[in-house]
Amino acid sequence: MNTSTWQHLGDGDAPVVDIRGLWTVFANDNGEQVVHRDLQLSIERGEVLSLVGGSGTGKTVLLRQILGLEHPTRGEVRVLGTPPNALSAKGAAVVGMLFQHGALFSAFNVIDNISFPLRELKLLPEELVIDAALVKLQMVGLGPEHAYKMPADLSGGMIKRVALARALIMDPPLLLLDEPTAGLDPAASDSFCDLLRGLHRELGLTVVMVTHDLDTLLDLSTRIAVLADQKVIVAGTAEEVTRFDHPFIHDYFLGGRGQRALLALKDHRQPPATRAAAG
Amino acid sequence: MPSAAPPPAFTERRDDASPRVERAQAEEHGPWTPRGRWTALAFSSPRQWAALEKSLDDAVGPQAGGSTGWDLRGIEALDHIGAQLLWNHWGRAWPAQIEMTPTQKAVLDQVARYSTAPPKEPQFTFWDEIRRHVAKGPALLRLARDAMLLVGQLVLDLLQLLRAPHRGPWRDLSGHLYQMGTTALPITALVGMLIGVVLAYLTSNQLRNYGAESFIVNILGLSLIRELGPVLAAVLVAGRSGSAITAQIGVMRVTEELDAMRVMGIPHGFRLVMPRVLALAIAMPLISIWTSIAALVGGMLAADSTLNISPVFFLQQLPRAVPFSNIVLAVAKSAVFGVLIALIACHYGMRVKPNTESLGRGTTASVVTSITMVILVDALFAVLFRGIGFRAGT
Repeated sequence: MNTSTWQHLGDGDAPVVDIRGLWTVFANDNGEQVVHRDLQLSIERGEVLSLVGGSGTGKTVLLRQILGLEHPTRGEVRVLGTPPNALSAKGAAVVGMLFQHGALFSAFNVIDNISFPLRELKLLPEELVIDAALVKLQMVGLGPEHAYKMPADLSGGMIKRVALARALIMDPPLLLLDEPTAGLDPAASDSFCDLLRGLHRELGLTVVMVTHDLDTLLDLSTRIAVLADQKVIVAGTAEEVTRFDHPFIHDYFLGGRGQRALLALKDHRQPPATRAAAG
Repeated sequence: MPSAAPPPAFTERRDDASPRVERAQAEEHGPWTPRGRWTALAFSSPRQWAALEKSLDDAVGPQAGGSTGWDLRGIEALDHIGAQLLWNHWGRAWPAQIEMTPTQKAVLDQVARYSTAPPKEPQFTFWDEIRRHVAKGPALLRLARDAMLLVGQLVLDLLQLLRAPHRGPWRDLSGHLYQMGTTALPITALVGMLIGVVLAYLTSNQLRNYGAESFIVNILGLSLIRELGPVLAAVLVAGRSGSAITAQIGVMRVTEELDAMRVMGIPHGFRLVMPRVLALAIAMPLISIWTSIAALVGGMLAADSTLNISPVFFLQQLPRAVPFSNIVLAVAKSAVFGVLIALIACHYGMRVKPNTESLGRGTTASVVTSITMVILVDALFAVLFRGIGFRAGT
């Protein structure tokens, strides 16, 4: 599917997320701690952009600033051409967020969790709301038999899927993911990645994700932005990023785990004929 | 991919983006042509939704004199909610004739594939109701067993503390003493003082009728020291510290901290329950005395202004009117209240299940139960010690 479906939300060519001259300074007991220093980042329509960086480099803070949950000390964040806090009225129809631990409402069952943003409009007929929620539930690979389970009865992978269905209920053009595969076993991670890739293709989503899982990172992202030294040091494809010379990138991608993941990626991307020829 | 550009004939209407269903004007039985943005965002405007519902109602099938055909190419944007609306309007089947772009087909295909009748919601039947009531019997027994376990564990933990005092959670104890005791002083003083003033005013009116003004010392002294001070303090502490203990332990359950402690071999009773019980057992009598003092001060000032009973006379009369055994009784009672409040709060905290609703329910139950228990036990004390602390002839 193409992205024209979502054009009503702004100009087709304008970046979905545009961050300019962003400073984030946290004041604590030991003085001030600069997390982001004059950070620039723009995310284009239809991209899957991964934010990568060491612990404490402010990846999650950046996500929260895109959502409007936190405000930068200086600089500007624009989502679909408007400041993110102005989007809150349209809420779930503009940005979907998958929180690291799902953040499902524990007092509601699965179907009520998913339909919550739609039902809160207090406009649409109940039948339509339930139908739409059931469609989303099945799109994330769960059967309708799970509809009346409570979040406490779900496994970690199911919680992530339900949370993803909830994030997508109003078909937002922008989806943010915080550690989408953290806490999932390899099989569940793989199937979750497949699911995300499928949804990205079908819904024409723009995806921004924070992840430490190298396999997920190389598998899904069309672009990788590396946060280090309080800014985005490089943003590009996996090949471009690994070629960039920086100690963090060296440790991150060219360590043992990184090498293995890159090798797997290369294997994966080679057409079967050449692979057979090489073998 | 080809975009959902509308046919040229409709371009002049493009600025109007509200979702609606129109009919091609040229032919008599032309297809229904939805227009505008069929998205969740568009539906979230009440005006647009009302207009759309109306125009959908008009878009009927051939048996009602309408048309079988649908031409979706005029839709600017179609998301899953819009597609679901169309699909439900069609009675969950494809219309006889349909024109649409591949993009729209993809969305509709998905909705068509996944639309199912909602599974039956588990219903709460009469039989469940009966079962729930039947289960109440064993639940009461379970409660009694839990209470017994809690008290027994507390005794064992206290014995262990006596055996090895240097290993006790003393820092915790002092922290709880401060949190539950010291910080409760201002509010209990305020409430106590006001109650003292009110009580003095009310009784002074009656006493003046009988010319028995000086008996206000007896009435205030006995009622405040023996009953109102301890009960008032206990109710306030149950609301303040009881709820705090339940919420604290409950959140520890939600975040698996309790399990982490158990894995490390640190018993909950010794490390969580006992310090709180001890802290309240120590703090409660002190708060109770403090509340009584504040109430007496309030009563004394009120008596001075309404009955002209001077504070000096009040203080001289007080020891004669209230035997010392009353204070002992009040202190003992308060210690029991403290232990009860802490135990009940810990009990409900440990039973919290990992969800927000359960946490709220547990906290409410904890406060209600502990206040009820405080008043019940107070009545028990009143019956048991009815012969103690009264001077013959007064």
